[in-house]
Amino acid sequence: MAGHKHPSYLKIYITLVVLFIVSVIGPEVAPSFGAFARPVVLLTAFGIAIWKAYLVCAYFMHLKVEKIYAPYILLACLSLLFVFFFGTATDAMFANGHNWVKPMDENEKVEEAMARSYVLNKDKHGGGHGDDDGHDSESR
Amino acid sequence: MAHEIIATGRSRTGIPTGRLAVWWVIGSEILIFGGLIATYLLNRFNHGPSWSVEAANTNTFIGACNTFWLLTSSLFVVYAHAASERRDAAKTRMWIWLTILLGGFFMGFKTYEYASEIHHGFTLFTSNFWSFYYTATGLHGFHVLCGMVILAIIAEGDIKKGRNWHRVENIGLYWHFVDIVWIFLFPLMYIAK
Repeated sequence: MAGHKHPSYLKIYITLVVLFIVSVIGPEVAPSFGAFARPVVLLTAFGIAIWKAYLVCAYFMHLKVEKIYAPYILLACLSLLFVFFFGTATDAMFANGHNWVKPMDENEKVEEAMARSYVLNKDKHGGGHGDDDGHDSESR
Repeated sequence: MAHEIIATGRSRTGIPTGRLAVWWVIGSEILIFGGLIATYLLNRFNHGPSWSVEAANTNTFIGACNTFWLLTSSLFVVYAHAASERRDAAKTRMWIWLTILLGGFFMGFKTYEYASEIHHGFTLFTSNFWSFYYTATGLHGFHVLCGMVILAIIAEGDIKKGRNWHRVENIGLYWHFVDIVWIFLFPLMYIAK
C-alpha cells in the first residue's frame, strides 16, 4: 500500500474517539427520550459501532485503496454469516413449532438474575465493584 | 546470511501473498466472532429481560477504557505502518512497542474486570449471558495477546534487523480487526443494557 497518499490518521482517530464518546453517552441519556429511548440506544450504540468499524476498515486498513479482491473476501464471509443468522433465527426466535416446544420460563430467569445481581442489590448489601463483602453466596 | 523472501510477489490478485493471507485470516475470523455475536443476538432477542438484568452487572467504565486503549493502539499501529513505509526502523519499533503497551493496558484492565466479576459470583457457568460474555471476551482477549506477541516478534526479529518491512502492515491489519471486534462487543456487553 506504499503507492497511495495516506489520509490524516489523527483526524480519523479523533472522529473515532468522538463517536466512541457519543456511543457511551447516548444510551445513558436515552431514557429521557421516552418512547424514542430504544431507537436512540440502537442508533448510538450499534449505528455508531457500524460507522466506527467502517472508518477503521476504510482508512486504517486501507480497504478504500486495496485491490477489489480483499473486500470481496470479507463480503463473502459476511454473507455466509447472514445466511447463518437468518437460517437459524427462523427457528430460534420462536418458543414453539411443529411438534416441539422450547421450555422457557423467562420470569423465573429474571428472578434468578435479579437475585444474583450485585448492582441491583447494591443498596441491600452495601456492595460495589471491588468490595470484599458485597455478596453472600446464597444470593447467587 | 541474506534473508530470502520466497512468496511475496507471486500473487495473481495484485495483493502481496502475505497480505492476501491476512485478509483470508480476517475473513475466517469474521465467521468465528460473527457467529458468536449472531448467537448472542438470537439469545438476547429471546431472553431480553433476564439478559438485561445480567448485563447490568458488567462494568461500563472498564469496557470504555478498554475501547479507548484499542482505538488508540489502532492509531499507533497505523503510524508504525507509515514509518515502515519510510523504512524508519526506530520510529516503527517505537510505535509497535507503544501498541503493545496499550494491548497490555487492555489485558490488565480485562484481568481486573474478570477478577472482580468472578469475585461477585459471575463465572462461565452462572448463566447463558455470562457464558457468552466470557467466551466472546476471552476469545477476543486471546487474540489481543497473540497480536502483542506477534508485534513483539516483528519489532525485534525483523524491523530491528531491517528486514520484512511488509509484516508491519500485515500485523496491523490483524490488529485493526481485533479493534473492530471490540467495537461491536463493547455495545453488546456493556452499553445496550
